[in-house]
Parts: sequence; C-alpha cells; structure tokens
Amino acid sequence: MAEINPVPIWLTVKLSIWTTILLLIIGVPLSYYLAYTKSKLGLVIEALATLPLVLPPTVLGFYLLLLLSKNGIIGSVWYRLFDYQLVFHFEGIVIASVIYSLPMMVHPLTSGFRSVPRNIIEASWTLGKSKVQTLFRVILPNMKASVLTGIVLSFAHTIGEFGVVLMVGGNIEGQTRVVSIAIYDAVEAIDYKTAHVYAGLLFVASFISLAMLYAINRRWSL
Amino acid sequence: MRTLLFLLLGLFSLAHAELIRVFAAADLQYALKEVADLYMKKYPEDKVELVFGSSGKGYAQVRAGAPFHIYFSANMKYVEELYKEGHIITEPKLYAIGRIVVWTTKDSPLDPSKFPEVLLDPKVRKIAIANWEHAPYGRAAKEALEAYGVFDRVKNKFVLGENISQTASFVYSGAADIGIIALSLALAPELQARGKYWLIPEDKHERLEQGYGITKEGGKVKNARRFYDFIGSPEARRIFVKYGFVLPGEVK
Repeated sequence: MAEINPVPIWLTVKLSIWTTILLLIIGVPLSYYLAYTKSKLGLVIEALATLPLVLPPTVLGFYLLLLLSKNGIIGSVWYRLFDYQLVFHFEGIVIASVIYSLPMMVHPLTSGFRSVPRNIIEASWTLGKSKVQTLFRVILPNMKASVLTGIVLSFAHTIGEFGVVLMVGGNIEGQTRVVSIAIYDAVEAIDYKTAHVYAGLLFVASFISLAMLYAINRRWSL
Repeated sequence: MRTLLFLLLGLFSLAHAELIRVFAAADLQYALKEVADLYMKKYPEDKVELVFGSSGKGYAQVRAGAPFHIYFSANMKYVEELYKEGHIITEPKLYAIGRIVVWTTKDSPLDPSKFPEVLLDPKVRKIAIANWEHAPYGRAAKEALEAYGVFDRVKNKFVLGENISQTASFVYSGAADIGIIALSLALAPELQARGKYWLIPEDKHERLEQGYGITKEGGKVKNARRFYDFIGSPEARRIFVKYGFVLPGEVK
C-alpha cells in the first residue's frame, strides 16, 4: 500500500528554498537595523520578529488565514492582481512560512551583526567605503557562521512546518500538501507504511541539517 | 521575457488540463479511491486527485473558493447549502447511504455486539467518535448513543476525531479502546483484517444520505462531468456496495 508520491517531497524542498531565499533578503536589512539601532522601536520590532517562535502555530495560522483569504488585507490585493487567492495556493504557504521561520533567520543574523567588532566597521567607513560596501565586504564576511546558521535553521524549520500550512494551505496536492501534511494524511488513512517512509525522510533531513549546523559552527566559530 | 512567461504558463495549464480535483468525506477514503483507480484505468488521460476530510471542512473550503472540482459530502445538507449559494452548479445528487458500526480491534476483550452496554465497561477508558459539529458520521454516532440513552453516561470518555477516518485511526492505533465509525471503513481490507464490528441499526439515527455535486471551479474542467457521471455507473456502484453502502434506487 505504501505508494510514495514524490510530489510532497519536491514541494517541501521548493517551499523551504523559497522561504530561505526570501528570509535572507528580508533578514539581512532587518537584522542590521535591529543590531545597530538605539531606538526603542527596535525592541518592539525584535519582540515581534521573535513572536512566531513562541506563538502556537494555530494562532499564527488563524491570523494568516484571515489576512490571506480573498477578503483579507493581503489576500484581496493578490486576488485582484492574479485572479486567485493566496489561501490554498503555494504562494500563500510561502508567505506563511516566511513569517513562521522569521526568528530562525533574524536571531542568528542579529547576534552575528552584534559580534562583528565595531572598530573594523568604523575602519572601513573611515577608509571611504559606503555603508552598503562595508556590509557586503566587511561585516557579512566576518559573520559567515551566523549567516549559514540562519540559512540552515530557516530551511530545516520550514521543512517540518505543519500547523500553519494545514490552516492556510488546505491540503492540496502539488500546491500545499507538503511532507508533514502527507504524514498526517497517511496516519488518518491508517496507511502507516507511507507515514513511516515520509516521517523517516523528515527525521533524516532534520538530523542532517543539525549535523551541518554544528559542522559550520565548529569550522567558523570565532 | 513576457512571451516566455506566457509560454510557461501555457505549459503549466496544459499539464494540468486533465486534472480532476475531488474533495470527499472521509468515509469514502477506501471506496472512492477504488472508484477513482478504476476510472483512471478506463480514462488514462484523466487524473483524479482525492483529498479526504470531514464534510464540514470540505463545505467550508468549497465556500472559501478552494480549487476542488467535485465535492462528495457524507451529508446531503452540505451539498444543498452549497447549491443554494451557487458554489455547486449541479443539482445535489444522492450517491450512497452510509451506515455506522461499533468497532474495536480483534485482540480487544470488548465485544462490540454488546452495544451499548459494552461502552459502560470499566475497561473502556476512551471511546472514539467523530466530531459531530462538522462530521456527519459523528452526528449519527451521537444520535445513536442518545437513542440508546447512554450519551450522557459515556461522553466524558470521548476522544473526538476531526473526521471519521481519524476516528478509526484512534481505535486502530490503540489510542482509544472502541469507537463508532463508518461501515465503509470497517469493511476496508486493512481495517477488516485488524478489527471486529457490530452494525448499529439504521433506525437509531438519521439516515446518512450522502450527496455530491460539481463545484463552480469544476464547471471549468470539462472532464469533471465524466467522473461525476461515472459515480452512477454499474462498476462504480459495485464498489460502493462492496464497502457497505446502500445505493440510491435500492432503498427499501
């Protein structure tokens, strides 16, 4: 009875890659701001960015469902632009995952930015490099381990995502049925063989991610 | 760049042209899978994709515009409601009438045929039934327990499945000692091999009239109609009978 369908596996990988890329794009400027800002607003934003870590996925899923459905603030705009709603679609679970995995990127990056010695940043500025040049040529190369940690953690966290996807995704093959949902489905259908294969796969993937993480930290630890 | 995009989009829709996406009540988990397999053998150009869940969840998702083409409910009322609201475009049609059973695993010391007394047995710690708020089989189970006058005495032992298939899974895995599930699930090979059941008389609950229809989304998929019609074919009906369903036209 175990029919292993490659679609959920491919979908999970695709979701994790997209989420990680988007998180890098959002995470670098956001963490840069959080690491160096002295304003009180920074505290609020840092708390908000950490919130998905402690919020129950159902709470996050519920609000995202409201936000992304065709009557929601984000969903209605998307619906008008593309003629389909975000809920039940891959794009919707990408947005959900970006929010869900945000702390996994922002935390390592923020502590990475804070760990780069202030004097080499200022030295770069006094040598006439712009802030952007300094960021890419001096700061980021000096916090490689943090960047890689953010990438691995975001990727691994998204692979295992379940609650949020179930709530905004609707379990649709090829769009939103990722491996964790396929496991849930298989258990419900009393198809334990399929559940075993998918679950084993996630187990191994999570283990490899963590092993990689520790290897990175050992190699580039400051 | 724009032409390339259109070309890609075109390819994408071409690859999906024959996809028929179905939401079905969880009691159809095995029967409809068999029907769909048979259908795809006959019409290899079509691909039927099944998503199972509680009828109430399917109702909510179809209403919210989920991309399902055909909706199979375990309760006609959900289909009628969707039809009235314009989310279903074909007149609600009966495809089967379901039955409920008391079910436990073969190695359990409990005897399902001693229903309802068996539920009061101190060995019974947990009773699995589907959530009656949105699962028609859960409602039928609740009605039967009320008809036997034991509902209030056993309700603190309930574990509620989100749908009837999850409810069966609770008993199958040993998490619950006994449960009330759909006959169609009890007759599925895997469950039949593992369990024993007792059929609850049909006059103890409202008849489980199961209906289906093509959704607004399904109206855009030309082969959805073919699968819709296939449900009434003799070979599909044979499968439904095998899983213990009473069929329209054969109602006593």
